[in-house]
Amino acid sequence: MNVPEPYRLLLYLVGTLAFVGLNAAYLVWVERKGAARFQRRPGPTEVGPAGLLQPIADALKLLSKQVLVPPEADRLLFRLAPLLVLMPALMCLATIPFSAALGARDLNLGLVMVFAFGSINVLAIMLGGWASRNKYSIISAARIVSQNVAYEIPMLLVVITLLMVTGTMNLREIVEQQAGGFWHWHILRLTANPLMPVTFLIFFICLLAETNRAPFDMAEAESELVAGAFTEYAGMSFGVFFMAEYANVLVGCSLATVLFFGGWQSPVGVGSGLLWFLLKLYLLIFLVVWVRWTFPRTQFYRLLNLSWTLLIPVSLGILLLTAGLLKVF
Amino acid sequence: MKRALSDLFGGFVSLLTGLRITLQQFFKPSVTVHYPHETLPMPERFRGPVMLVRDPATGQALCIACKSCEKACPSDCLVVEGVKREGDKKKSVTEFKLDFTRCSLCGSCVEVCPVDALKFSKAYNLASTSRTAFCQIDLLERREEPRP
Repeated sequence: MNVPEPYRLLLYLVGTLAFVGLNAAYLVWVERKGAARFQRRPGPTEVGPAGLLQPIADALKLLSKQVLVPPEADRLLFRLAPLLVLMPALMCLATIPFSAALGARDLNLGLVMVFAFGSINVLAIMLGGWASRNKYSIISAARIVSQNVAYEIPMLLVVITLLMVTGTMNLREIVEQQAGGFWHWHILRLTANPLMPVTFLIFFICLLAETNRAPFDMAEAESELVAGAFTEYAGMSFGVFFMAEYANVLVGCSLATVLFFGGWQSPVGVGSGLLWFLLKLYLLIFLVVWVRWTFPRTQFYRLLNLSWTLLIPVSLGILLLTAGLLKVF
Repeated sequence: MKRALSDLFGGFVSLLTGLRITLQQFFKPSVTVHYPHETLPMPERFRGPVMLVRDPATGQALCIACKSCEKACPSDCLVVEGVKREGDKKKSVTEFKLDFTRCSLCGSCVEVCPVDALKFSKAYNLASTSRTAFCQIDLLERREEPRP
């Protein structure tokens, strides 16, 4: 879009904030409706048509509540954590190209930036848990650290594999490489690496773990740890954590769309643009919701075992295989 | 190695099976009865608090105030009074009160009634802010079946 610079910045700032805010609010509705459908219930129906005003009612309720800070808590970190958990998601969206013409910043190191900010999310949950001075929160914080260490590695290995295929970290260029039909998408680019679908699978599993979504929601684990790191948070400071979960899912799924599903490219070659991007994005988000309401939470040591004994070796193997194939051909 | 691989593959297939099952549920209709807006019909033999049967033509209670139900009641829930009016063959009821806090819905009163003037209602939405509301339910005053 040809808008002069300061206005362009403002436009994208407001646009990103609105997009994240709307999605965070309405993905809660989608999640609740989805959960209800999977359990054959109607879900929220009372507030507005089909419960569409429910997120607004929830937000109003949370806003009207006092934000309590426990007397023992580390006041600064306790207040900082909700901010730190939501900001990275906003920052990440600055690099995501939504369509050929729509993207806030075209960074050459876009992918690195997404991962750099993406890891702050988990750090912030850890800070919140630590600052609460609550035993459940601290257990949750400890879990977060080990879970994050375990799942950043296979995720980055998978991304490195993809980088070797694309040869660029610019998300726009990565999408442009996948133009022309779904067989050009990275998930099906079997000439570069016959295990590409497995690569996506590992990426997706790590995405669930990084965003603390069931079956890997060890940080919250309400049946074991009350609400984990969020136990001491009240009112809107809890609401921000809740929104951040969905904002991070949004970022993760956007990234998966860009890296594996050809971003704004059309699967059949007709048309391309924002609509295709959003369609793929929301299908992936549906998959995330679907997984959450299908599988029970794993045990913590199983979660770590899965990563260290399966995901890391397999992703290393894929990395070597891709490197070899690229060298030979 | 071979076992580990087959475990892995089997586990993956079981995960996919789980996803398939939940997706099938997703497209099936909802089973919830949306309670205040929808209600289920009560079964034929549901026992709500007893009510008086009335003559559909005159709206008069069929009760002849014989007090059989009062005697049959194991918990002394019922109070029945009646008078014999001039020209009538039978007594007619003037007072019929039910203490629902003690009623166990045993049905002895319904069974014993010689003129079938008592029956179970289908009411299950009984709510009040005080207990006394159910101590002295005036069945004679209650002309319609309580809201089910």
